[in-house]
Amino acid sequence: MGLLQFLHKIEPDKKKSPFLHTLFDGFFTFAYAPNTVTKSGTHIKDGMDLKRTMFMVVIALQLAYLFGTYNIGHQHFSALGMHESFLSGFHLKITYGLMKLLPLFIVSNVVGLGIEFIYAAKKGHPIEEGYLVSGALIPLIMPPDLPLWILALSIIFAVIVGKEAFGGTGMNIMNIALLSRVFIFFAYPTYISGDEVWVSGIIKEGTEYMGASYGMIHGVFDWVFSSFGWSTFGEGGMAVADGYTGATPLGLAAKGGWEAVTEVYSPAQMWWGAIPGSIGEMPKLFILAGALLLIITKIASWRIMLSMVLGAAVGGMLINAWGANPFMEVHWLYHFYMGSFFFAMAFMATDPVTAARTEIGKWIYGFLIGIVGMVIRVLNPAYPEGWMLAILFMNVFAPLIDYYVLEANVARRLARVKAKPDTAMEAEPQLSVSEH
Amino acid sequence: MAETAVAEKKEGISFGKKERRLLIDPLNENNPITVQVLGICSALAVTSLILPSLVISVAVVFVCAFSSLITSLLRKYIPNAVRMIVMLVIIAFLVTIVELTLKAFSFTVYKQLAVYIGLIITNCIVMGRLEAFAMANNPWKSFLDGIGNGLGYGAILLIIAFFRELFGKGTLFAGTPIALNIIGAGPDYLINTETSFLFGWYVNNNLMVMPAAAMFIIGILIWIQRARFPKLVDVS
Repeated sequence: MGLLQFLHKIEPDKKKSPFLHTLFDGFFTFAYAPNTVTKSGTHIKDGMDLKRTMFMVVIALQLAYLFGTYNIGHQHFSALGMHESFLSGFHLKITYGLMKLLPLFIVSNVVGLGIEFIYAAKKGHPIEEGYLVSGALIPLIMPPDLPLWILALSIIFAVIVGKEAFGGTGMNIMNIALLSRVFIFFAYPTYISGDEVWVSGIIKEGTEYMGASYGMIHGVFDWVFSSFGWSTFGEGGMAVADGYTGATPLGLAAKGGWEAVTEVYSPAQMWWGAIPGSIGEMPKLFILAGALLLIITKIASWRIMLSMVLGAAVGGMLINAWGANPFMEVHWLYHFYMGSFFFAMAFMATDPVTAARTEIGKWIYGFLIGIVGMVIRVLNPAYPEGWMLAILFMNVFAPLIDYYVLEANVARRLARVKAKPDTAMEAEPQLSVSEH
Repeated sequence: MAETAVAEKKEGISFGKKERRLLIDPLNENNPITVQVLGICSALAVTSLILPSLVISVAVVFVCAFSSLITSLLRKYIPNAVRMIVMLVIIAFLVTIVELTLKAFSFTVYKQLAVYIGLIITNCIVMGRLEAFAMANNPWKSFLDGIGNGLGYGAILLIIAFFRELFGKGTLFAGTPIALNIIGAGPDYLINTETSFLFGWYVNNNLMVMPAAAMFIIGILIWIQRARFPKLVDVS
């Protein structure tokens, strides 16, 4: 118990230095469950507090993080026509991916948690741990080459306008991670849409693509790798592989339907996630594993996930029945292969704060996300992917859905009371017996 | 009787504490936009640049002040049943003056503002002040109240336009002789289009050009306002 004693020894005074105490409190409750208990009333006794709930989501994201790191490098090198098999140049791909992902992760957490700290100290509250999940989700939904200042700006916007203005963790009406992405989407569209941004380290000169030249850190790693006799980064500035366009499957499908997609990417490749896109959205199986973990630990609602799949399927079938252009004729099952459907389903739509709270409401909420997202994806030429906008849109409607579900319940029970006034006061089972 | 005589005397043109409050309050704790939430449409629509917002602010100050004055002068003769229509005629008359003047002297700004000059007629601030103040007070006070509310509206518009132009276009006062190229950018409105080497990394924020940005800025201004004046926060 050396750590505990040490922590008690360095605890700053709450009145003298509120900011330091807030900081201390945040880390202390992270390491130990606090022993302050409520003195009166009945309470749920459970070690699974908000912080640990949130951490489970971060654990569920780890496979996506691992694959994302690898895939940044893999996409970079395959675009250059090098190291195309899975294992060749593995150390280069991981190093390259880490060099892209770590700055995004650090900026995301430093900026977001910094704002949390400032607001917590100002309000005299303990630090709210809501940002833990957002800070882990945000790097995964960004393109790898995003400038860090844009990321920082989007997080400042999302946390202050989306969360602190409404009263902090648990009060936000919209998903913070998606809010930061939608900010970039509308404020700096050239950095987060189009064909050029999804593969890291490829620049466009005129109409020609070429690899960007490597920096000094790459040189240092080259020196290490060459001393082991492994392959190295080299100088950079190589020409790209023949026929490289950088287009994502959805971009291709919008132009030429499913045939255009399969010319470039095989279905297996799309399922395993070795395709360009946002950092964490591709490995479908790993994301489903994370979703399963969330369902087993009862952190995310399986109702929302299932109804969202149903909604997307129904939406896809309706669009198939219409079938006015090649993209609309893409079979609805194939839509699950492309884009970020599973990531949005597992980690974005199920956010318990912004989703509907009632059980029936969850079915409606998920189903409508599925339909709206599919409509935006296929029918709107300006937006290649629909789930971000669909989820934010339904976030706004979630309280309304809940309201009407509750009202309907009240009306149903009132009608039951009016139908059988004498049994109204009796218990539920007896009522059902009398109905037989 | 003597007292009322004194009161009548005081109602002439004077500038005391009460009159100052009429001018200052709308700028501060009784702002038409952030507290009364009136006149939002034009605050969203015209504030992407400073110059048009400045012009429309001046126009609203003019219309608000003189419509208050005229309404207050006529207040004892306006039949209650048709007072809204009479006010509307007065406002429309003043707005037409503004519109024609602008057309004659600054056609480019007129084209930027387009329909929004005409829409001052339906600006709730003008009508609201006539209904709430000018119909019940003497001409001098009404005139000051009109100026105050116009200025309160203009101040918010200029704050919004400042941020939207600075971050959205990278300029300040574009289209005027004192245009500044702060964070280098678009050639459309600038005299000097060279990109500043200090801010070469900066990219214009497209969100700021959209009206949605004005909504966010108004929201933040209301937030600041309520933090400063806790009595504005309604506990319901």
